[in-house]
This record gives sequence, C-alpha cells and structure tokens, in this order.
Amino acid sequence: MTEPLLELKKLSKAFGAVKASDAVDLTLFPGEIHALIGPNGAGKSTLIAQVTGWMKPDAGEVRLLGRDASHLSVAARAKLGLGRSFQVSSLAQGFSALANVMLALQARDGGAFRFWAPLRGNAALREEALGVLARIGLADRADLPVSALSHGERRLLEMALALALRPKLLLLDEPMAGLGPEGTRNLTAFLRELKNEAGILLIEHDMDAVFALADRISVLVYGRVIASGTADEIRQSAAVREAYLGDALC
Amino acid sequence: MPAFLASVSSREGMVNAVLAGLLLAAPLIAFTLDEPFYISLATRVAILALAGVGLNLALGYGGMVSFGHAAFFGLGGYVAGIAAFHAFDGSDFIVWPLTLGGTDQLLIIWPLTVLVVAVVAFAIGVISLRTSGVYFIMITLAFAQMIYYLAISIPTYGGEDGLAIYLRNQLPLGDSNDPLTFFFVCYGMLLLALFVSSRLVASPFGVALQCARMNEVRLATMGIAPFPVKLTAFVISGVITGIAGALFADLNGFVGPSMLSWHRSGEIMIFVILGGVGRLFGPLAGAALFILLESLIGGMTDRWQLFLGAILLGVVLFARGGLIGLLAGRARHD
Ligand SMILES: Nc1ncnc2c1ncn2[C@@H]1O[C@H](COP(=O)(O)OP(=O)(O)OP(=O)(O)O)[C@@H](O)[C@H]1O
Ligand SMILES: [Mg+2]
Repeated sequence: MTEPLLELKKLSKAFGAVKASDAVDLTLFPGEIHALIGPNGAGKSTLIAQVTGWMKPDAGEVRLLGRDASHLSVAARAKLGLGRSFQVSSLAQGFSALANVMLALQARDGGAFRFWAPLRGNAALREEALGVLARIGLADRADLPVSALSHGERRLLEMALALALRPKLLLLDEPMAGLGPEGTRNLTAFLRELKNEAGILLIEHDMDAVFALADRISVLVYGRVIASGTADEIRQSAAVREAYLGDALC
Repeated sequence: MPAFLASVSSREGMVNAVLAGLLLAAPLIAFTLDEPFYISLATRVAILALAGVGLNLALGYGGMVSFGHAAFFGLGGYVAGIAAFHAFDGSDFIVWPLTLGGTDQLLIIWPLTVLVVAVVAFAIGVISLRTSGVYFIMITLAFAQMIYYLAISIPTYGGEDGLAIYLRNQLPLGDSNDPLTFFFVCYGMLLLALFVSSRLVASPFGVALQCARMNEVRLATMGIAPFPVKLTAFVISGVITGIAGALFADLNGFVGPSMLSWHRSGEIMIFVILGGVGRLFGPLAGAALFILLESLIGGMTDRWQLFLGAILLGVVLFARGGLIGLLAGRARHD
C-alpha cells in the first residue's frame, strides 16, 4: 500500500472537560478525498489546528508524508506541502488578490529573505500568480484589494493561496460555506479534478457535496471518530444516522 | 517613475520629491542669507527624520509598536561620543583582550554604530517579539529604560551630565565642522535610508513583513515563519535610528542620557504618526512639522506642545495617513 500523506495516531486534545479530539486515528492517501463530517462543535476545526501546527495535541502523533511532524512549526509544515483553507477567511487584507498569491508563490520558491528586487517586478511570478487566479476563476479580480472582494471571492482566494504552494495535501475547512448553489457546483467539480494533484481532507456541512466527492468519510462526534468508510457504508451506518445524519438525510 | 519611488503612487512620489527639495533648499537659502541657525535647524530635521525612517520600518510596515527606539538613537550617540572622548584624551576604551582606543573618524564610527546597535537590537528583539500588542510596547520601553539607567550609572562617560564632543568627528574628504557640509552628510544619509527603505518595503522581504503586520496566520500558512522576518526588520529599523543618533550627537557636540529617555522614543513615534504611518516619506514630513512647530510656536510660548497635542489628536482622529495622507491621498494597496 502507498504511504499516507497524513496519518494521525491517537490524537487527543481537551479543553477542560471538553474532549475536542479523543484518540483520533485518521489517514489520508494520495489521490483521495477524505471527508470529515460531524455536528457543530465536534472538533473538526480543532483537529485541523493540530495538523497544521497551531495547536499542540495533549497526546498522539501527527505524521506528514511519512515523517513525524509533531514538533514542526506551522511554516515548516506548510513548506513540507501542507496547504489549508480556513473556516473563516484569513487573508492579508491590505494587499490585492494578486499580491497575496505572489507572496505565496515567493514563499514556496525563494522564501522571504530577498531584500532588493521588488516582488511586483517579478514577471515570471506574476504570470504564474495570474495563472493560479485564472484557474480558480478570479483572474479579473486580481488587482482588487482583498477588502473589495465578496465573501465568496475571498473563499476562492483562500483556495488559490493554498494551491499556490503546490501542496501535496490540502485541508479544507468548509470551503463551500457561503458560496451559493452555483459556486458550490463549480467548486465541487474543481475539487474532483484537484484530488489527483493533492490528497484532500475535506470538512464540509454540505452533504450533497460530501457524498458527491468523498472517497472515504469519517464521522466525528464529541471528538471521537464514530465511523469511517465509503460513502455508502456511512449512509447505511445506523450509528451515524442516530448521531448525526438522521436530520440531514431525512 | 524612477525605481526609487516605485513603491508609492505617482502623486505621493511628487509630494515626496517636493519635501526632499524643500529640505535641501532651506539650508542653501539660509547659507546665502548668512543665517547658520537655520542650517543647523534643517540638519536637525534631516537627522530626526532619519530616526523616524528607522522606526517607520518596524512600526509602519511591520506593525511593531516600539516604544524603545530611543535606546538605539542614544546608543548611536554614545558610540560617537565615547569614540570621540577616547580619541580626545588619548585613553583606551578597553585594554583586554585587545587594546581599543578612541577614534574621531566618522567612517569608523558609523560602522561601529551599526555593529553595536545591531547586536543590542537583536537581543531586545529576540525577547520583545515573543510578545505583542501592549506588552510589546511595554517591554521595548523597559529595555530602553534599562539602557538609560545604565548610561546614568557610568561616571566615566559623564553619568547624568553626558559627554561633550569637543571636536566634531571627522570625514576624510570635506570639513564636517562646516555647517553646510555636515548638513549634506546628514541629508545624504537620509536619502540613502529612504532609498534602502523603499527597496526593502517592495522586496519579497518587505511584502512578507507587511503581511506579518496584517495577518501573521496567513504568512505562516504560506510557509514563512513570521518571527525571523519581524526580527530582521526590527534590527534594520534599530540600526537606521542608531545612525541618526550618532549624527545627532555630532550635530550637538554632545551626548547625554536625554537621548536615551522615553520622551525621545515618544518623539520619534510622533514623527512617524504625524507624517503618516507606513508612508515612505512620512517621517520626513512629521519631523519637519515637529521642528517647525517647536521653533515657530516654541519661540512665542512654552506651551507649544499643546498645539502639537492638538495636531496629533487631529491626525489620529481624522487623518490616519498623516500629513502624507492629506497631501497624497490614500496609500496604494498592492
Ligand atoms: N481555544 C479553545 N478553547 C476552549 N475550547 C475550545 C477552543 N477551541 C475549540 N473549543 C471547543 O472545542 C470543541 C470543538 O470545536 P471545533 O471548533 O473544533 O468544532 P467544529 O467541529 O469545527 O465545529 P463547527 O462545525 O461549528 O465549525 C467545541 O466544544 C469548542 O467550543
Ligand atoms: Mg469548525
């Protein structure tokens, strides 16, 4: 079997009495979309925070691309090829969309310690950044400051920034939220293509999108993975229906 | 548009050019009118603007609100003063492990200033940058106060009274004692610092620094650790302000603890805020306005700071872009 891009081993995190992650085991393989679903407050975002390095687990291990990443910084994990989007957009507000992407490309290629030549003057980088924006459908918004972009456009820019890293794996925290029906359809088609470039751990409340995309689904409730399997298996699981899907599907 | 001004809009570039032109014209006119006082006033503006250019890099572009830049300003002054002191009386600064005497050569004093201030700024930055917000303000203030009291407690270098620099430190070509020559030196340093700043700010490093100000989470997510970027900017910022301090000591023929005091930190911050936070020429506009107020209104009443306060209030409430913002419009985003 191929090596997983991401492997969580008995990951645990508690906030006081709240167990946000309760011995979570999880894998993500190349070429797959693994959806993580669960009710509000189940601990999905907390899990992402531990994988990306913002939060230190109380116990357990985060393995990225076959190596123990538990002690790597956020930036170091990104450098390894871990891209992510945020549940609430997190962008450099004062910059244009293009500048956001160019900086992401620069981070990947040369890093920040280049002190002289203007970033904006780097024609090759600009070209590539425009390409990334075009791919996600934001080419004509390139020169607008982030503050002038709509909510949905910001979500897409988040995605563009993740893509700019040429990530090997992507963690997407509710990428469909606020996109509207057409945006959701477009992004669904886009992710279906994208999974061949990067494995995707997808957190999403839109069940249509989840069942349309996911190769595997894990269900998180109160920090615990109560079920994990193919879309069909999850749909038919009695435990899942009871805990979560009941309302969503009926 | 010349590359020099590439990081600002064309209107702002014009405002900047006018400001730089005015500062150059003032001492030339004063010279022809035989008014040396105004040459020295213009020199003061150039030097204080330079100190502000340093702080602007940390505060304006990096969002690091340092309330301790007097530490770097004063250290620069003390490097110039102590070097001159030992050169003057022929004593040694240290004798072990190697003998180091004084010097009155600016071309040695300046690199020495860079070295000393860089080391201190690094040490202060490494610790202070682990905090943010009001804690960062307080910890930088605390470090500056420590250095202030250190200076007071060393009697060799004048303690509370400070050190006189009897003969202005020397340049290989040109007479630094000539007021106009010394103005050109300071003006040249200011332009150089502005040029370096403009390049830095537009470079990948500068863009990353600004991203750190706007959203550190985003920067780290891109794969750039914010801490080293901010630390580097803090050190460069301190060094520029330190050079200004060395020039200031030579202008006044004196260095004392007042150069290290928190009033001075506040003043440098006022230049930046008055002129426009994160605007390339903001510190020049701010320092010029400050000195004008001080010498015009200050000549009429001791309460000139009341006017300064009122103007500062107006800027903070109604004109966040400061003077440059008023003259040149909003900052360009890109
Ligand atoms: N920093 C924190 N301190 C204390 N409790 C926290 C913290 N972050 C999250 N929690 C708690 O941990 C639990 C999991 O939160 P988390 O945000 O991971 O849920 P989620 O599955 O992402 O929910 P949603 O679907 O609403 O985004 C919640 O009970 C939340 O209140
Ligand atoms: Mg969440």
